[in-house]
Amino acid sequence: MLPCFKPFGLQTTGSLLYRTAVDATVSPPRPRGWHRFANPGQFLRLAARVTPPVAWAGGILTAVGLFWGLFIAPADWQQGNAVRIMYLHVPSAWLASAGYMALAACAVASLVWRHPLADLAAVEIGPVGAAFAALCLVTGSLWGRPTWGTYWVWDARLTSMLVLFFLYLGHIALIRAFDDPQRGYRAASILALIGVVDLPIIHFSVQWWNTLHQGNSISLTSAPKMYIGMLAPLMVSALGFTLLFAALVLARLSAAVMERRTRAVLLAEVRSA
Amino acid sequence: MKRKHRRLLILVACLAGLGVATGLTLAALRNTLVFFLSPAQVAAKPPPPGQMFRLGGLVLKGSVRHLLKNGHPVNDFTITDGKGSVPVVFGGVLPDLFREGQGIVALGSLQPDGRFVATEVLAKHDANYMPPDVVAALKKSGEWRPSQGEPPPAASWDFGVKTKAGPATRGG
Repeated sequence: MLPCFKPFGLQTTGSLLYRTAVDATVSPPRPRGWHRFANPGQFLRLAARVTPPVAWAGGILTAVGLFWGLFIAPADWQQGNAVRIMYLHVPSAWLASAGYMALAACAVASLVWRHPLADLAAVEIGPVGAAFAALCLVTGSLWGRPTWGTYWVWDARLTSMLVLFFLYLGHIALIRAFDDPQRGYRAASILALIGVVDLPIIHFSVQWWNTLHQGNSISLTSAPKMYIGMLAPLMVSALGFTLLFAALVLARLSAAVMERRTRAVLLAEVRSA
Repeated sequence: MKRKHRRLLILVACLAGLGVATGLTLAALRNTLVFFLSPAQVAAKPPPPGQMFRLGGLVLKGSVRHLLKNGHPVNDFTITDGKGSVPVVFGGVLPDLFREGQGIVALGSLQPDGRFVATEVLAKHDANYMPPDVVAALKKSGEWRPSQGEPPPAASWDFGVKTKAGPATRGG
């Protein structure tokens, strides 16, 4: 086994599929630093160890956070029980933005360093992020009706979030649109990077313009404007959502790497036969 | 220079250009992207009578009157932002959150007499999230009333509202 695996104690995982997978690759000079995580074999070993605990922790934290928020936390003095939608809406909004940031990071890794794992990751992150963006829009709309008096308005926050959802859809379509996957990866990377301008617009829209959407209750630079009995379940829920998002992407990406490996092995067998 | 370094440089240059272009576009759109106008903006540059726009601000305390005009219920109130105020007439159903001191956004148009006739009124929620018993306790202790605007920071009442007379209490 390669010496750089040792700090992770990963040399013990060695299923037949992984070994075949590793043997099937021609190993280039071993990369150092962060780049070694771009090695698909390295990634598979890491993902096999990390995914189950991340998925369990995410599931449990999400369940605890949602139960706490939906049943234990107090109602808001103005919104009443409608405030509870927040425990779904806010984490999905954060995750939709964070997921797009991850897409952009994959795009940089793909365009600059040509990491094949970054391309596969971009393929797999897209639908997960789009699902969270859709959840954010739907829950926000259901909250808006009782609180504002309308399901939808074209204010800057709502519109920029809708644009993010469409960016996800465009990315999902574009990355699968070419017969030559490399061309799809290239085009989708450029789309992902252009779309990044939407993220600061989403975040600052409530400060830059008069919007119907309220300002940020939680920020890094000022004290929270929320009762701690609401803030705590929201944070637990957000952490749970984040871990679930990571687990979904890790599982999808592992499956994609293995699928690609299996195809390569089968092709090699067909050729040699 | 290695090829990957050149690619990184080109990418950074492109992104910087894109960022500047977006920033300039947003700066140019600054006034047209606004969802609503404030009473001060309306006073400074009133839209022509009959043109639809959104007016946003706080409902002036003591200005709400529910009237009957020709057998139809009509709500009369004033929207203010502290610097200016606009009288509003609205014949529809008000949202649940509508009350004096509440931020609202009304869609409608100015009449030649300066009143704003609204066809839709939306309540704006602020960024503060408080349980009802905390609000009651703050009112009781005289620390804050909803009509005063922004409540005190959450950290000051998270673990109980301090009354001037006695120890920290919750609920009222």
